[in-house]
Amino acid sequence: MKVGVITYPGSNCDDDAVYTLQETCGWQTDRLWHKDTPSLSEYKLLVLPGGFSYGDYLRCGAMAALSPIMENVKAFADAGGYVLGICNGFQVLCEAGLLPGALAKNDSLRFVCKDVDLKVETNDSPWTNFLKAGDTLSLPIAHGDGRYIIEESDFAQMRGRHQILLTYQNNPNGSAFDVAGVCNEKKNVFGLMPHPERASDLRSRNGMGVWRSIQSVLEKA
Amino acid sequence: MRAKVEIFYKDSVFDPQGSTICQSLKRLGFHTVKEVRMGKVIDVELESSSPRAAQQELENMCKKLLANPVIESYKIILGETATT
Repeated sequence: MKVGVITYPGSNCDDDAVYTLQETCGWQTDRLWHKDTPSLSEYKLLVLPGGFSYGDYLRCGAMAALSPIMENVKAFADAGGYVLGICNGFQVLCEAGLLPGALAKNDSLRFVCKDVDLKVETNDSPWTNFLKAGDTLSLPIAHGDGRYIIEESDFAQMRGRHQILLTYQNNPNGSAFDVAGVCNEKKNVFGLMPHPERASDLRSRNGMGVWRSIQSVLEKA
Repeated sequence: MRAKVEIFYKDSVFDPQGSTICQSLKRLGFHTVKEVRMGKVIDVELESSSPRAAQQELENMCKKLLANPVIESYKIILGETATT
């Protein structure tokens, strides 16, 4: 099974993602450069990693959303391909219009770097099917712009469609409705501020729940 | 043609920078200050055939890149520059 990790100038969690996908999950993992426009059809999963693409110029993820590879990523997602955005990758997916909502500055103005307790809102998704709804998942976060903003009516609709996958138990950044991770309506695109790839080996293995979930879907596909 | 684009968090989105500046101003004794909002200014030089065309082009720039409509509002001011 082949998966790809996209590197933008300023990505700094791409190595963590490659390590986890390759060494821990055992998937053949290609590194993709944001300026290239390769055929993505051979990939089962694309990961947009964390970091500070383009130095967070203008808005986090705004420049990366316009990178040449993003047209291919959009076509890949439109065709039902699985795309995961972690932290800065989540910001890029929102800026690219692949996920609803947007991420603003943390309400505390602080860069928050710690483990947080999340609530699994639903296991009715390719990304959480290995987990149990209502369970606590502890994952690391590290961000200054992680405050998820969404209109109440849109949130209600998303919750009804099981698009709200993870919420914070003690909101660390002022996110609306405690949202930590959401997927699109088709559920093939998932973005979250916490870092499952940093919790899949030595320190903790809590992030494995996300990889096991998507693995079962990809192997069937 | 020169233009200035002002971008702020929408009123419905809490602005932590503005709020912190507001508190600091009060601490300095500026008790008349009620609210502060902080935004950004983008100065653009463009070659447009008319002010109307420039306005239209800048609107498109705001929608496509300069502002994120989910969290931000913007104002286009033609003929002005942020720097001198």
